[in-house]
Amino acid sequence: MIERLDYATLQHLWWLLCSVVGALFLAMTFVQGGQSLLWQMAKNQTEKDLIINSLGRKWELTFTTLVLFGGALFASFPKFYSTSFGGAYWVWVLILFTFIVQAVSYEFRRKPWNIFGSLVYEGFLFLNGVVGILLIGAAVGTFYTGSNFQLNDSNFVTWTHPLRGLEAALSPSISSIFNIAMGLFLVFNARTLGAMYLINNLELGEVPEMETRLRSACWQNLLLSLPFCLLIVGSLLFMRGYGIVDAKGTIEIVSFKYLRNLLANPWLLGLLVVGLGLLIVGAWKTAKTSETRGIWLGGIGTVLIGLTVLLLPAYNSTAFYPSRVDLQSSLTIYNASSSPYTLKVMTYVALAIPFVLAYIAYVWRLMNREKIRIEDTGDKAAY
Amino acid sequence: MIENLDLGMVNWARAQFALTAMYHWIFVPLTLGISWIIAFYHTIYVRTGSEEWKRLTKFWMKLFGINFAIGVATGIIMEFEFGTNWSNYSWMVGDIFGAPLAIEGIVAFFLEATFFAVMFFGWNRVSKGFHLFSTWMVAVGSNLSAVWILVANAWMQYPVGQAFNPDTARFEMQNFFEVAFSPYAVNKFTHATSSSMMLGAFFVISISSWYLLRGRHVLMAKRSIVVAASLGLIASIFTIFNGDESAYEIAQVQPMKLAAFEGLYEGQTNAGLVAFGIINRDKKVYDTQPAFTGFNIHIPGVLSLMANRSFGSFVPGMKDLVYGNAEHNILGAVQRMELGKKAVTSLDAYRQAKKAGDEAAAEVQLAAFNENKAHLGYGYLNKPEEAVPPVALSFNAFHVMIFLGTLFPLIFIGYLYFSYKRTLEQKKWLLGLGTVTYILGMIASQAGWIVAEVGRQPWSIQDLLPVTIARTNLTAGTVQTTFFMFLVLFTLLLIAEISIMVKQINIGPEEN
Repeated sequence: MIERLDYATLQHLWWLLCSVVGALFLAMTFVQGGQSLLWQMAKNQTEKDLIINSLGRKWELTFTTLVLFGGALFASFPKFYSTSFGGAYWVWVLILFTFIVQAVSYEFRRKPWNIFGSLVYEGFLFLNGVVGILLIGAAVGTFYTGSNFQLNDSNFVTWTHPLRGLEAALSPSISSIFNIAMGLFLVFNARTLGAMYLINNLELGEVPEMETRLRSACWQNLLLSLPFCLLIVGSLLFMRGYGIVDAKGTIEIVSFKYLRNLLANPWLLGLLVVGLGLLIVGAWKTAKTSETRGIWLGGIGTVLIGLTVLLLPAYNSTAFYPSRVDLQSSLTIYNASSSPYTLKVMTYVALAIPFVLAYIAYVWRLMNREKIRIEDTGDKAAY
Repeated sequence: MIENLDLGMVNWARAQFALTAMYHWIFVPLTLGISWIIAFYHTIYVRTGSEEWKRLTKFWMKLFGINFAIGVATGIIMEFEFGTNWSNYSWMVGDIFGAPLAIEGIVAFFLEATFFAVMFFGWNRVSKGFHLFSTWMVAVGSNLSAVWILVANAWMQYPVGQAFNPDTARFEMQNFFEVAFSPYAVNKFTHATSSSMMLGAFFVISISSWYLLRGRHVLMAKRSIVVAASLGLIASIFTIFNGDESAYEIAQVQPMKLAAFEGLYEGQTNAGLVAFGIINRDKKVYDTQPAFTGFNIHIPGVLSLMANRSFGSFVPGMKDLVYGNAEHNILGAVQRMELGKKAVTSLDAYRQAKKAGDEAAAEVQLAAFNENKAHLGYGYLNKPEEAVPPVALSFNAFHVMIFLGTLFPLIFIGYLYFSYKRTLEQKKWLLGLGTVTYILGMIASQAGWIVAEVGRQPWSIQDLLPVTIARTNLTAGTVQTTFFMFLVLFTLLLIAEISIMVKQINIGPEEN
């Protein structure tokens, strides 16, 4: 069956698969959200240790999902990989920097002789939770607002802005406002998810005051995320986009492009509405009732929102990585993908994904049968 | 294509990649090697139910965890650096190179990440059997991830299963199985993983020897040593054999690299392997200076045997490979540059004709390109001598690796012999040597990667894509900034890691 798939179908399929991985990553940023809540939610060492030990069991899954997102994009859309990573150099280097310091912080934070002291490692976690996610959001925003690059005949990239990607968030322009709004939405969404996750994963009977703080933070962060969400959705309904207008792949500015995409693919609109609905219901139940399973609704909701955000700028003959300085350098799923052979090979490999998801689900069902208690943080294997 | 080329930037980008790769490789081989050793310890605990073995397993797991975290931290930059610093490379070979990286993520990283959490936190949460299974899965997952990144690296050294597509201006995969099961990849994997197992064994031996010298945790140390030295001995012998196989592969597909390892400028029949020699750093391939300064010893015929499995065979030297050798039918870089430039010109002409819609002309140019495409990379060299890698660094790294690699099995045998005789605690000289074996193993391991990567220069993809083309269009200043940024960050993290590790070793298993 895979052998019979045509090139365009493979390109659509692989953008979908990359988007699924990207959307799963956004849902898994409850780890980063939890990190950014640490100082606010934990008022003593015991509470801190509880939060760190809960997040510390999951950080690597989030990290690995991000690595897979990068690997999948490299394998399936190498021109995006080369153009964006090589071009928007500083944005990606800074994002990576925050993930490097995150990776050691759980293990090192409470160990004796860790040189810098716990506070520094907690600061690293905060940095990753806020700056890392903000910059990822700004980078995703450029899928809609465009970037400053040109490709030559050999498809080698030249970035035309000296900030090399950071202009997405720092240049004084309407595009930057959109990109920052995307980043802030992801930051507050991650915090909402983080609060929901901790409520689900911790034995809070031992720390009732922290439970109150977490439930309240869940709702506050949802409310803080909504204006940015509204700004993004409102902009998408009106903003112009970058469309493929003929069979040769010519790119032109098209008015109301993303509204057109939503109308041409009403299921995307459905994903967005259902996703937002699930997120709001999850947060409401967590904040206003004694429900502990809100993270499932919030997580699934975030996956659906993430899918919409990543599919909308790519499907329906749209350039998903538009160039603001040279329209014809813009990347589409057609001109940026790997060869049909490689996409087919990778499709066979992707058949393993359900098995991977199955064993992850099985293992974590076993591990999460009991909630994290204060006594778990005293274990010598703990963080 | 090479307009605006900033060589300083290329060298800084190479330095940054070397820096991040070498830091990463401080931690990775330990993860690869010790994960198996811990799995053995854990198995013994589950089979015997002995609390002593449980304490021992938990102790080594603790150290594993500290090392693992920083290995992950230094690893993420590696994947994305292909894009940030080598973006032209990412485009030109991403169709082939990206696939192993994605497969690594799907089949290996999740296995590692999921079961790592069970291994550490599963003591009272899952059954004993499932917990042990998870420890084994961490070892399998870690080593599976090594498979795919080494497949990718082997492809850079021996680019099989691909073809250049002149329409997309990139190399595209033609046969996945040729890429995945290339003999180069198989050798690379077996050599890297067996040498890592050896390093893991040295880690255990170094710490355990220190305990024995101090008279602390004696039972745990002796038990740890017996398992580690047994596995280490098997791994060290295996490493010698697959190392020899690697050298044979290199001789077949990267003869220049082999010649640089041995400081072999003039090709020879019955070529000797250097047993001792100080390489002349000032010598150039075109001059008549001696290759070695002062006294040197060659073992006759051994290099020929290693390269071609025959004592009397001819091994080409760097001069042959740069200027050609008609007698032995060797095309030099001089000739290959001519053919490569023809390929580049034909490719440009083909693309111009295509743009102009002149199909007939395009077909003619394509035929001309196909005739010379095997030499494409040489078309981007400025002078033939650029085809020679840094000789002194390659030579020294190779010989340090060989010397230490030969010594290692003897150390393991010593430990096993005196353990069997029950006199290990009295052999202070061996225990003293044992405490530094981890450092020696690390030196050999890092030298191995210097051999592999410096020896490949000037190519990012052997014969097809030089590093000068593979780069990202960045300024030298930008890359210098990130170089020092990563240098400072990784050094600080390494200091913290060593400090934490030392403290944990000092505390010992009782406290764990």
